[in-house]
Parts: sequence; C-alpha cells; structure tokens
Amino acid sequence: MEKAVESSGICKIFGDTEALKDISFSVNESEIFGFIGPDGAGKTTLFRIITTLLLPDKGEMKVLGLDCIKGFKELRTKIGYMAGRFSLYQDLSVEENLNFYATVFGTTVKENYDLISDIYSHIEPFKKRLAGRLSGGMKQKLALSCALIHKPRLLVLDEPTTGVDAVSRSEFWEMLKKLRQHNITIIVSTPYMDEAMRCDRVALIQEGRILSIDQPEKIREGFSRKLFSAKAAQKYRLINALRTYPGIVSAYPFGDSVHITFKDDIYDKSVHDHLKMLGLDDVIISETRAGIEDRFLELMEKGSTAQSAFAKASADKGCNGITVRRQELRND
Amino acid sequence: MTRNTVILVKNLVKKFGNFTANDNLSFEVYEGEIFGFLGANGAGKTTTIRILSGLSEPTSGEVTVAGFNAKKQPEKIKKNIGYMCQKFSLYEDLTAKENIMLYGGIYGMSKALIKERTDVLLDKLNFREYGDRLISSLPLGLKQKLAFSVAVFHEPRIVFLDEPTGGVDPITRRQFWEMIYETAANGITVFVTTHYMDEAEYCDRVSIMSEGRIVALDTPAELKRQYNASSVEEVFVKIARPPSLSSLRSEQALKGGLNLV
Repeated sequence: MEKAVESSGICKIFGDTEALKDISFSVNESEIFGFIGPDGAGKTTLFRIITTLLLPDKGEMKVLGLDCIKGFKELRTKIGYMAGRFSLYQDLSVEENLNFYATVFGTTVKENYDLISDIYSHIEPFKKRLAGRLSGGMKQKLALSCALIHKPRLLVLDEPTTGVDAVSRSEFWEMLKKLRQHNITIIVSTPYMDEAMRCDRVALIQEGRILSIDQPEKIREGFSRKLFSAKAAQKYRLINALRTYPGIVSAYPFGDSVHITFKDDIYDKSVHDHLKMLGLDDVIISETRAGIEDRFLELMEKGSTAQSAFAKASADKGCNGITVRRQELRND
Repeated sequence: MTRNTVILVKNLVKKFGNFTANDNLSFEVYEGEIFGFLGANGAGKTTTIRILSGLSEPTSGEVTVAGFNAKKQPEKIKKNIGYMCQKFSLYEDLTAKENIMLYGGIYGMSKALIKERTDVLLDKLNFREYGDRLISSLPLGLKQKLAFSVAVFHEPRIVFLDEPTGGVDPITRRQFWEMIYETAANGITVFVTTHYMDEAEYCDRVSIMSEGRIVALDTPAELKRQYNASSVEEVFVKIARPPSLSSLRSEQALKGGLNLV
C-alpha cells in the first residue's frame, strides 16, 4: 500500500533550539494518525513541514508521493490544513469564508458539498453570521469545512480540539471518523492523552523526539509494570504517606486516585499497616489498567530525553518526590 | 462533618438584556476544597466566575465570597482571591522575581513581606537560579508552576484556575496537581474551570453547568455511579446540553450583546 506520508530523519533547528530531532514515521492511506504531546514538543513545526510551509534542515519528507520541497506547488492543492489558531476571516460571514476558500482552490462549494454536508449542516443556520462571532465549537466546524472544501487527499489538523468543550470535541471526532469513508488521510495533533484512543495509530512526541508509534491500545499495553490504584479521602496525605513506604517504587496522582507501582510488582499488603500508622485507615488499593498517560510518563522517564526534561524540572524536589524516585529506579 | 463555607451562592440570576446567562444558581464551596466548575462553551461559566471574583454584579440573588458580599464589597473580594489561567499568567518580559514583586505590590503586601516570601518560594521550588531570568526564557512547565505560586503568593482564601494543566507534559502535570493538593491541604480553596474532563477527575467535587443552570454537583465518583459512566467525560456528554437548544441559546446571547467564547 502506498504511504500517505513518509518522513525520514527530519530535523529542524531554530536558533539554539532543536525543535525536531530525527523524526521518522509513515502514515498509511485513509488512516487517522495522531501526534500526542505537550506544548513545545514540536507538533506544529512538524505539521508546517508536512504542509510545505516550512523547510526541514535535514531529512526527507514525502507527502502523497511528492517531495515536500520540490513538489510543494502540486502538494498544496492536495492538502487541507487547519492551523492551531483560528485563522479564518473574522470579519467575513460563515458563508463568505467558505466561498472564499473554495474559490482560492479553483472549485465551488456546490461541487464538494457532499463532503462537508455533515459538518457544515451544524452551522448552516448561522451562515450570515460573522465568523468572529461564532462559539468555539462552531468556529471549529467552520474551519474544518474550509479545510475540506477543495476535497484534499490529506487533512492536517493542528490541535483542532484545544479550547473546545467535551461535547463538541466528541462530535468532532465522530466527524473525522466519517471522513475516512471518503479516502481522506488525517493527521491530527493534541496535547490531550485521552484523545489518543480516537486515532488508528499515534506517535507520542516530547521535546522534538518521537517516543513511540503504535496503535493506542498497544501503546497502553506497553506499560511494563503492574499498576495499582490507591484511593483515600485525603489524597495529598495519601501521596506523601505512600512515598515514605520502602516497598513502593512510584506514586503519583492520577484523577481521583494515586497510581502506584510496587517493588518486583508484588502487592505488598503490609503497606496498609504503614498507612494506618500515619492515620490513613480508609485506603483502598486495587490493580488497574495503565492508560496512555501512564505509558507516556514511563517513556519520558526511561528515554534519554527525560534527562534534560528532569534537569530542567530538577526544580521539583520541593514539591514532590518523582525526581527522587527516578534515581531509585535507575539504581535498581 | 461541618465545613466552613467560603463561597455561598443562593438563587443567583444574571441577565444581559433578555438573555439569562445565570438562571437561579445555588451552590456552596468549602474551605480547602478543590472544586471543579464545568460546562459546555456558552453555558454561563464565565459569567459566574466574573461575579465570584467581584468583576460583575449579580442581577439578583445572594453571593458571598470569602465572607464578602459580591454586590456591596467587590473590592474586598478581589483582595482575597487569586487567579491563574493557562494562556496568560506572568509577564514574559519581566524576570521571575519582578513578576512576584509586581503581584505582591498589587495586592498591597509590604516590601519586607514580599522579600521574605520570595526567598521561601524560590527555595521551595528550587528555583533560585531562575529568579533573575526573564519569564520568556523559562521552560513551560516551570512557568506554569511559578504562575500558580504567584497566584497564591498573597495567601488568598480562594484561587481560581482556568485549565491549569492544559498542554503540559504528564510529569509536570502530576507535579502541578500535587502543588494544588498541597495548597488545598493548607486551607486555600481551589476553584478549577476546565474543558478537560480528566482534569475534573482530580477535583473533590464537580458541578456541571448547562444552559445557565447547574445540572449536577457531586464528587466525581458519585456522579459516575449516578450516571452509570466510567468517566466524568461520559457523565458530561450525557447531561451537558441538548445541542438544538444550545444553538437557540447562542442566538439569544448574541441579541443580548454577549460575545461567545
């Protein structure tokens, strides 16, 4: 099968900052491929290279079979790009924005209406309204319609769900799934780990490096230890108490519980005696499934990039013991 | 267990023209609690937060924050709260210390007290080497932690956080939540608004707002049990809003002169 995107050894440097370090990956046709990583990981830089808006310093990027440097003119007609910031014309109406984008790409709204009808129908009742006066969820739908109106083969979406409420986000992902039926390949980025599960495959990215690429379920399963969840009414006391117990390797907050790993992955029940001694007698501990975020954390800790991440955040002895725990892990 | 109430909202109504942004809200937030305030875009959250922070007057109803009346004593309220949002929190072209000094000064703290607490803070965060660096040169994770510390520097009764850990890496995120837990354990109430339901999972109690009303308020665990859901996100999607009505609501809001965010 032909690849929609093939990237090998892409590097990009801005001044002293290595924004992308040796980025290699490939995206299959009609796949929803996600880049998951925090702000500053390099997601936007990478997307700007894929969309021919920025030149790489090293490496090769082929998009839809074309070289992203030599073939940029042809490529631009085949790519739909939704930038991270809302970049439509705020002082044009919904309808005017859509017509404008269609015209720029030498097509008409009518010609490709079937492709956007599902999405556009949500905002069509407001087509006379200025784009600047739409709600977040509506802006997002308009931006997606505009990115799609020339029927691109590759859709590149840079953090399309940031700042959008959970209901609109859920609707948005459903729309993306439907677009697959039109043979459109989708590359999407998000800082939110929970959105990884919506993609066919994801790349975890941190400080310009890819930590892992796989199906989200497989990334989750890659977590190498047995993970337990501890719950108690007083979470802050619980975290601190757990960390003073020698049989516990790591303890960090996770939603309404604390995720912990034990030495040798064995649930050491005498931890309860220790907790009781410290005044915590309502603690419930049970085995739990690791999520993408647990795995991301583990990869950050193991990866060489983690060293610099932690040098910077060495910072944090004061407010918690993760740094200390890492040292212990290495000595094991 | 009796707990001190630091935010009391009773029958709060806020209207803009014919548009009712807050429709008879009643809830309480306790001292040292981490309270999640959730709702879809345009549900009316921003309106409520502006009232709770003394920036806007209620149309009717009773609102008491940190013991002060929102209608009569908004200036007193402002002195007793802190605020941090993910998008903007510190001046990038000032150093860490200058930012602290600026905020401390705004809140009327004496120079001696600012200096004393700055030393404690920089030591605690192991931040000493960064004190004289421009904020723009600091890594995002550090900025976020410093921004939070600055928001509680004057020891407010309540601190408002808007998507506090959006966009940060998982390690920084955990460290950040621990700072929040510590703050709450020290008796400062933490009021969190967010679109990210996994952030909501960290809160002691969450409220969900829809169409200007609070439609649910409980602990994350209890909400999940009530709605037979595995996550707060699932609860939220089930009850946050019927889509057709919300379009109508946004029309009304625009007529009332509100810009939607």
